Amino acid sequence: MNLSNASASLNAILPLVVVILWACALLLVDLFITKERKGLTALLAAIGMLASLIITLARLDLEAVVFNGMVTVDGFSNFLTVLFLGSGIVAVALSYDYLKRMGLEKGEYYVLLLFTVSGMMLMAVASDLIVVFLALELLSIPLYVLAGIATPRLDSEESSLKYFLLGSFSTGIVVYGIALVFGATGTTSLAGIVDAITAGSAGMGLLVAGAAMLLIGLGFKVALVPFHMWTPDVYQGAPSSVTAFMAIGAKAAGFAAILRIFIQAFPALSVDLTPVLWVLAALTMILGNVVAIAQRNIKRLLAYSSIANAGYILLALVPYGQSDVAADSVASALFYLLAYAFTSFTAWSVVIALEQVEGKGLELEDYAGLSRRYPILALTMTVAMLSFTGVPPTLGFLGKFYVFRTLLEGGFPGLAVIGVVTSLISAYYYLRVVVYMYMREGEPQAIRDPWLYIAATASAICLVVLGIFSQPLFAWASQAMLH
Amino acid sequence: MQTEQWLYIGVFLVLAPLLPAAAILIPRLIAPRKPNKIKQDTYECGMETVGETWIQFRVQYYIFALVFLIFDVELVFLYPWAVAFDVLPMFAVLEGVLFVAILIAGLVYAWRKGALEWR
Repeated sequence: MNLSNASASLNAILPLVVVILWACALLLVDLFITKERKGLTALLAAIGMLASLIITLARLDLEAVVFNGMVTVDGFSNFLTVLFLGSGIVAVALSYDYLKRMGLEKGEYYVLLLFTVSGMMLMAVASDLIVVFLALELLSIPLYVLAGIATPRLDSEESSLKYFLLGSFSTGIVVYGIALVFGATGTTSLAGIVDAITAGSAGMGLLVAGAAMLLIGLGFKVALVPFHMWTPDVYQGAPSSVTAFMAIGAKAAGFAAILRIFIQAFPALSVDLTPVLWVLAALTMILGNVVAIAQRNIKRLLAYSSIANAGYILLALVPYGQSDVAADSVASALFYLLAYAFTSFTAWSVVIALEQVEGKGLELEDYAGLSRRYPILALTMTVAMLSFTGVPPTLGFLGKFYVFRTLLEGGFPGLAVIGVVTSLISAYYYLRVVVYMYMREGEPQAIRDPWLYIAATASAICLVVLGIFSQPLFAWASQAMLH
Repeated sequence: MQTEQWLYIGVFLVLAPLLPAAAILIPRLIAPRKPNKIKQDTYECGMETVGETWIQFRVQYYIFALVFLIFDVELVFLYPWAVAFDVLPMFAVLEGVLFVAILIAGLVYAWRKGALEWR
């Protein structure tokens, strides 16, 4: 590595470099911003991500393999980078007023947010297992801290500790998986693994074990059943603005890793892994949706909903080994992630608007009568719930539609039926929220923060409008092919 | 070739428990035994403790140790960098500078947060 190809490499990941440098600079700048003016830190954080987003959008067609093949910039990574940066910016909008209300204003919050976003962006471009590991740590460690940022509130500390323990445990499993894959193939580069498999020099038993451990470790991160146990507690205990971001960013980053590793490096193992993915997806959808029915707390309900959604995203990956379906597999997974991000942000911004100090205002009963006093919030929440359920013309419907289509193309009608049936089950608890808002009497309390309302209504409008005019979006996701 | 390598591991597997077992068993068989009070004390390095060992201590020591440790480890990395400085390419020099800059940023942060004030 010399100076000129280092600068070429850095240029290829310029959006990532911008976010990291901005985060380091913001950490120091924030020291000189007084406690009353932390809004400035929030604004600066958003500007940094916006700058990075503009760079990414300006060169969406960029494709490059840099850092000696450890980093690959392609349509896939560009799509996800836009998703991560967009989520980060929305997360800042959701956080600002919430933190002020809860008495949590700390400049480090936004710096940590920037760092975790940079970890996610690194995950999107990682084409070497070592970089995957690096990205996983870079995105997880700030999230552990963010989950506990409401200290000394006990539930926040508990959530942080649980997330940390299970998160580091799962990272350990990922590292073990990487070690086994390295032992089997003698390389950690995804392209090298494929070469070793085609050359026949790979120890297949060891390789399958390694791939399975990678799946388990990353399955923890995206909350697949049976590796989901931490999710409800962590989502409930963490500050809502953190949870909202965690539910979208961390899940999308985990799936970015799973998609790239499995589709690029392990298609040859699909004989062994497809049944495993089949069972995991089915379990995740069934358990997530069924257990969500029993939840009265909205944060726990959305946590189980996020587990169920992980199952739907995993559906797209089940037929990944068939080379003619792999492209649709990536496209539908990315599209679903995007739909999920919009839907989640809509729902979470309403949750944040209703949350009171001391964790009040989070029960379903607190939503009773919302349509009378806050018709806009009730309407956006309804759109989010319909999109989660998968009712046309929302984006959520199209997400599910494309995933199921991929599944049928791959020849798994049984799993598609399970997906449809669990979707029907999910309608019960999603629509119950709507029933509470529109058909029960109550005195709900919500705050009126312009940024929160803008985030909520804008993403709700996007859910419907993009749902109706989804063609360009899906075309973009389809171009996001892996190489 | 492959089996030979595994054989080494097999040999080590057998040898590994044998050696410490011998080191414990042989003295037990042949060593003379004259116990007294001092010998049977639980080993504790340095001074004998005075009072309770479960006391609270200032958490500030921890922060100092943390800041110290970072620069301690930095030195380990910088030593070979400094020794080979005259033959290093520009890229490696810049990398070293970047490394130091990141740590200095951390120090400035800790400083402004008051971690270096003794309270």
